[in-house]
Amino acid sequence: MSGIELHDMGDIILETRDLTKHYGGVHALEGADFILRKGEHVAIMGDNGAGKSTFVRQITGVEQRTRGEIIFDGKPVHFDGPLDARRAGIEAVFQTLALADHLDVPDNLFLGREKTKWDWLGPFRLLDYKAMRADTLAALEKTGVKIPNINNTIERMSGGQRQCVAIARTASFHSKLTIMDEPTAALGVQETAQVENIIRTLKEQGEPLILISHNMRQVMDLVDRIIVFRRGRIVANLNKSETDGQDVVAYITGAKTQPEYDIEGVT
Amino acid sequence: MADQAHGVGGLTYDKSKRAWPNEINIFMALVIIVLIFELMGQVLPYMNNQSFLFDFNTDRDGTILNIARLKIIILQVSIIGIISLGVTQVIISGGIDLSSGPLVAATAMIVMSFAQTELVNGNPNPKAVFGPWAFDLPVIVPIIVGLCFGAMIGAINGAFIAFTRIPPFIATLGMFLICRGIAQWWTRGQPVSFPTESYAWLGSGMMPVIWFALLAVLCHFLLRYTVYGKHTYAIGSNEDAARMSGINVKRHKILVYMIASMLAAIAAIVLSSKNLTAQSGMGLFYELFAIAMAVIGGISLTGGRGSIIGTVLGAMVFGVIQSGFTYVKLDAYFQLMAMGGIIIGAVVLDQWRQQRAASRS
Ligand SMILES: Nc1ncnc2c1ncn2[C@@H]1O[C@H](COP(=O)(O)OP(=O)(O)OP(=O)(O)O)[C@@H](O)[C@H]1O
Ligand SMILES: [Mg+2]
Repeated sequence: MSGIELHDMGDIILETRDLTKHYGGVHALEGADFILRKGEHVAIMGDNGAGKSTFVRQITGVEQRTRGEIIFDGKPVHFDGPLDARRAGIEAVFQTLALADHLDVPDNLFLGREKTKWDWLGPFRLLDYKAMRADTLAALEKTGVKIPNINNTIERMSGGQRQCVAIARTASFHSKLTIMDEPTAALGVQETAQVENIIRTLKEQGEPLILISHNMRQVMDLVDRIIVFRRGRIVANLNKSETDGQDVVAYITGAKTQPEYDIEGVT
Repeated sequence: MADQAHGVGGLTYDKSKRAWPNEINIFMALVIIVLIFELMGQVLPYMNNQSFLFDFNTDRDGTILNIARLKIIILQVSIIGIISLGVTQVIISGGIDLSSGPLVAATAMIVMSFAQTELVNGNPNPKAVFGPWAFDLPVIVPIIVGLCFGAMIGAINGAFIAFTRIPPFIATLGMFLICRGIAQWWTRGQPVSFPTESYAWLGSGMMPVIWFALLAVLCHFLLRYTVYGKHTYAIGSNEDAARMSGINVKRHKILVYMIASMLAAIAAIVLSSKNLTAQSGMGLFYELFAIAMAVIGGISLTGGRGSIIGTVLGAMVFGVIQSGFTYVKLDAYFQLMAMGGIIIGAVVLDQWRQQRAASRS
């Protein structure tokens, strides 16, 4: 491709063109063309190993893509690492949660962007534990999680509590784009409802979201559009109003493929 | 009510029932070990009812405690203790540093060459390394040379570990040999002696203890209250999470190894000043003893867990055991073997304790 045309980017927050990732011989992600508009909530669905998390890892700079373009907020971007992506305004809850087991809740919530005092000390600047704890309590309140002691280390917490900590971390910082990779996979009924409320709040605030989920009910409830991945490729782009659960399942399992994505040699 | 302030989502939490900090266990171990030696002194027939703890005969210190023994214990551990402060940070970050013992030797040799006097008892310094320009320099010169050399070695260690896939064990093992080589090459094996008076002051009397105490407080503060410390724990706990959270892991590792090597360099300055000489063979086993102190102090060798308080207590345990062995007249050969056994025991005990804690919570 010679040069990138940036036409009609007015309301597009994220676009990927031919985004591809190979792990040695494994073609985890192949030629993904994707568009997300401002304020839009999109779900990515697909079987295990379809390439959903791989897609997220390329956008967030956790890994370096094999080829393709990522255009974020009107500019082509090359994030060297997740810090770059976060600075640009992308917040992500990773499937692996990315929590430090030996640290407590506030430490994890603010990991990499601690509230500090005496910043002239550079790397030795002081931590503002008090402020971080207050903000942590406020952020956790929003997720509705029950944590007996936020000064306990993460290793002593249940899977759901961990997940809520990771979500609270994302939700407590304003961003241009939020990505959640299976945020409710380990959550109970009540906590799931709370997290869905957080997502609805993002929608009301006009913050765009990419939600990866295996939960059809949740996806149908929350998002505007559904992208289906299969074997590393996008096979469908469905407006929620024009589809239903069975239809989506058909795309996930490979019973159907949208004609514009039907490339020869792929079934 | 204030005791339950941490609870989120309606759960209450009883602060009075929270787990003991690990440091208390180590302190109790220290007390028990002292009591065991005391008991051995009373029971063993060849000890003539000597006391390990108390001093009934001389009353110079105005106290019944055996202050002289305590001083010797602290003095003995303080120089390796300084090294262990750095090793603690490296291990918390998920690494290991085997190069500190030889680094002490290399740094001492180099630093001493910048700390020599011109005249010894009216005669020219027989051990002079450099020409006249290097005689009687202000004491700050050797100190800065030492810190810079330490920082450089640490930066090389850290850079290799951060930018290549070489495990810290191997990288610092290589540096172990390199530093021992530097120490021997520097004067072709000759000792470097006769420092200036101000340099000799740095490690005189109880000065090593003062340096150890000051540096321990500083390191405790760094680990506990600064971003540097938080990131050190985070990297050791989950390096991927740290990277995904936007921490510059590579740069941070280099910083950690630099600080560790600078602490080893300070130990070298204090040691050479205390001995009034530097020799290429000095610092033997120091890297292992420093790691042992941290291990006895409850550090996790897989990273993420440990503290300066623990390491200082570990150093005290180490010193008490060493002194106690001499006190019960254990043969020097057996002392080393027994120490090895104790270190293994400390790790086993700690793992057992961790497993139990994990199954309880
Ligand atoms: N680091 C890696 N090295 C080699 N292969 C990888 C790596 N990461 C992922 N893969 C492979 O890439 C493919 C896509 O993985 P990915 O994690 O994106 O799946 P997913 O769609 O998120 O699945 P799930 O629903 O189970 O989370 C899988 O076949 C996986 O085995
Ligand atoms: Mg996944």
